[in-house]
Amino acid sequence: MKKHTWISVATLTLILALTTILPASGADRALMMATTTSTDNTGLLDVLAPEFTKATGIELKWTAVGTGKALKMGENCDVDVLLVHAPAAEMKYVVDGFGINRREIMYNDFVIIGPAADPAGVAKKSVKDALGAIRAKKAIFVSRGDNSGTHKKELSLWESTGADLPEKEQWYVQTGQGMLTTINIAAERNGYTMTDRGTYIKYEANLNGNPPLKILVEGDKILLNQYSVLAVNPSNCEKSQFDLATEFSDWLAGGQAQGLIRDFKLMGKQLFTPNAE
Amino acid sequence: MEFLVDGFLTAFQLLFSADEQTFSAIYATLKVSIYSMVASLLMGVPAGFCLGYFQFPGKRQIRLLTDTLLALPTVFIGLLVYAFISSRGPLGHMGLLFTLPGIAVGQTILALPIVISLSATAVESMDRHLRVTLISLGADRKHLLFSSLWEIRHSILAAALTAYGRVMTEVGISMMVGGNIKWHTRTITTAIALETNKGLFGMGIALGLVLMGIAFAVNISVSALRKR
Repeated sequence: MKKHTWISVATLTLILALTTILPASGADRALMMATTTSTDNTGLLDVLAPEFTKATGIELKWTAVGTGKALKMGENCDVDVLLVHAPAAEMKYVVDGFGINRREIMYNDFVIIGPAADPAGVAKKSVKDALGAIRAKKAIFVSRGDNSGTHKKELSLWESTGADLPEKEQWYVQTGQGMLTTINIAAERNGYTMTDRGTYIKYEANLNGNPPLKILVEGDKILLNQYSVLAVNPSNCEKSQFDLATEFSDWLAGGQAQGLIRDFKLMGKQLFTPNAE
Repeated sequence: MEFLVDGFLTAFQLLFSADEQTFSAIYATLKVSIYSMVASLLMGVPAGFCLGYFQFPGKRQIRLLTDTLLALPTVFIGLLVYAFISSRGPLGHMGLLFTLPGIAVGQTILALPIVISLSATAVESMDRHLRVTLISLGADRKHLLFSSLWEIRHSILAAALTAYGRVMTEVGISMMVGGNIKWHTRTITTAIALETNKGLFGMGIALGLVLMGIAFAVNISVSALRKR
């Protein structure tokens, strides 16, 4: 019995010791960013962050949330910089004095995806006609429903059809979750959803290139998805690291980062198109 | 079904190849749960002991309160802690948001009612004869207190294990207060949530198995302690 006690005490002490000895990571200057799930889920930030640290010596830490929450975090001064994709909301944000130096970095586009059998017959239609067909057939449509950039975009598409939002319809499913989860739910329910192309390619890659949901509507001008970087306004948050945020913004718009974004591919497909000026 | 098998294989791969990201998450989980366990035991055991041992007015109401707090949802704790330690919150200047100590504050709030309530119950259900026996053996008050504490050591250990189980497995607080930041506040549970979001179920299952493994190791150690 004595021996058992010995071992267990040793194990517990070892766990304790390990956790106190292991070093915390070291960079002295750290920039805190709130961003959207699409930049994180696709793995783009995993490529950009180490290069940024190499180039500037600044460590980039980020939390991936919907654009709505990301903007809120900036407003509360909990982060220094934002990388988001909801142009209308961003411009209002700047006017309201929470954000500053909005700069367009890259874009991709949204697509409407659905089951290969396409029960509502939306393939190759315009966005307006496609959503009209889904509504008419009462086909399942899965929405993010989380006030994210993608959700805002989807709502604006429904608005563009001129009819009411299908808020309480039986066939309109609001998940309140991230993009990939939402796509998975759409696949389980055999429904349609709208997603950014980057996340869709990632989803395709996860399923080894043969997913149950296919791109049905694409290329409509209204589907453009612009990503921008904003610094948190130092006159709203005096402790925000405005200089580091500016360095990050400059780096993202510079040749190296724009090149990395252009070369970032999954399954041989480019996910984002850099367009910083 | 494929991803289940896949998950088990990935789990072994991750553990035996000493995958850096996995170990960072394991390390964060262990560190933060130890912080919160130390804090909640230091505060909770004495508080629970007093609550069970002494008679005082309002005791029943306090018992009712701690028992109700057992049902505190983790996302709600997360939200409360976030509101307090956000830069705009009353404790914003402490810089706890997006840090492990910040998560530990939330987890301590989660664990405290469990420790208090279970140790109070242990004291209350202690053999009534013990007190009489001890007094008849000539024990003074100090002696009485320590013998009682010693008598309920197993129950306190069980309380600690129960609290540890909740702290290790919660995801709401870690996600909200910690922000799931890679290399910093990504714990095993928030990593599972993320991998699931990404549609990588195999990786999520793998991390879940790792978490179960840690719980198993802790339980084995504690049960060996108890055998004595």
